[in-house]
Amino acid sequence: MLKQTPLNQAHRDMGARMVDFGGWDMPLHYGSQIEEHHAVRRAAGMFDVSHMLIIDLKGEGARTFLRQVMANNVDKLQAAGKALYSCMLDAGGGVLDDLIIYFLREDWFRLVVNAATSDKDLAWLSAQRDRLAPSLELAARRDLAMVAVQGPDAREKVWGVVPGSREATGGLKPFQAAAFGDYFIARTGYTGEDGFEIMLPASSAPALWAALHRAGVPPIGLGARDTLRLEAGMNLYGQDMDEATNPLESGLAWTVDLDSPRDFLGKAALAATKPTRQLVGLVLLDKGVLRSHQAVSTALGQGEITSGGFAPTLGLSVALARLPIGVSPGDRVAVQVRDKSLSAKVVRYPFVRNGAATYQE
Amino acid sequence: MSMPGHLKYTKTHEWAKREDDGTITVGITDHAQSLLGDMVFVENPAVGRTLATGEECAVVESVKAASDVYAPVAGEVVAVNAELEASPERLNQDAYGAWMFRLKPSDPTEFDALLDAAQYQVLVDSESH
Repeated sequence: MLKQTPLNQAHRDMGARMVDFGGWDMPLHYGSQIEEHHAVRRAAGMFDVSHMLIIDLKGEGARTFLRQVMANNVDKLQAAGKALYSCMLDAGGGVLDDLIIYFLREDWFRLVVNAATSDKDLAWLSAQRDRLAPSLELAARRDLAMVAVQGPDAREKVWGVVPGSREATGGLKPFQAAAFGDYFIARTGYTGEDGFEIMLPASSAPALWAALHRAGVPPIGLGARDTLRLEAGMNLYGQDMDEATNPLESGLAWTVDLDSPRDFLGKAALAATKPTRQLVGLVLLDKGVLRSHQAVSTALGQGEITSGGFAPTLGLSVALARLPIGVSPGDRVAVQVRDKSLSAKVVRYPFVRNGAATYQE
Repeated sequence: MSMPGHLKYTKTHEWAKREDDGTITVGITDHAQSLLGDMVFVENPAVGRTLATGEECAVVESVKAASDVYAPVAGEVVAVNAELEASPERLNQDAYGAWMFRLKPSDPTEFDALLDAAQYQVLVDSESH
């Protein structure tokens, strides 16, 4: 039996093609994945991301605990509502998950973790809590839903349908959030566009979804969510990194704080590691489509595509690939696609930000 | 899901049409395009290539996945629809109008053994349960 979000019926009513996504019955698209992709880049679209798990960490010492278990430094979170992207590592430096941490109060942090890893994450965090800070409370908030509204017009659309929200969230900068009644509204997302992620009581989600739809915001499925995040150069857990890879070889060194004296799980292993691989962007020069797991040949050795696909904004195929250190932007590499060897160019990603191409040789 | 009665079908979701001159026009079915989603790339066989029955001879790639297209009957490729190279979305818009390639069959009776619309409907129904 697949798990359902509070918006399951709404997706079916809107004609979604539903798929099994890590045990969740989720919309792949509602007709055309490419049109959904363009809607987000050009105006706005809404996503049901209620399958992701919201975990509230409460109690005295919450910050100290997060300093010990997160690779990024929660001391960057000083103002209430500030958000931080981080990896959670095992002792060997492998990536258990990537997540967003929101700072609400010294005794209340909110974590948003991936759906497929949520059970593992909860078990891991509970075990660490028992070991390091047994008085802390970890609450899985399956009573909440989450709707992402993304695109250049997204905030305006939300303000139009949620009375009072403009005043509450108009001053938010990217990666800031504010509580608003029983909503929690964050200026975050997974598309490379402006917008909000709205956490709200599950019972309120269908009404918000319907109101946004009446305001002209189309629903966007997981298919377009994947091409949007790929164009934006954002990693997908389980594909671009996992427990067998570390952040340094996953394009996530910027999220790992190795310089401060703070110790955290996985730090010693990372500090002792000399990465031999890196995550780079590829743009396909030949005709075809790059896909994950395709082999890549470079002058410095072999590598592999971790995420690939057609980039609708660019009208060509792009990929993230794990290649030997030393391969540089501008280099040409060969990708094995079925029985052919196709030519691709190494680039600095992201490929697209705020509707425009941004990749560089 | 549309399945015109004047066409023949394969278990691998191609459609085939016998033209007045005896050549066989081939495309992918409405069911196939619907499962694959928005098409972004089509690779047709070279004109002049000789195909065996069931041979992998073309590829359609959607936003979701790459999928092989198989020759419904044996024969020589006499034409390909070059329009699809620039406009693969034609396969989504009009699966039975957006033909892929045309074969001169080596055995004209092979066509008659393909599935008719009713048989193909049974196959699609059985796959969706």
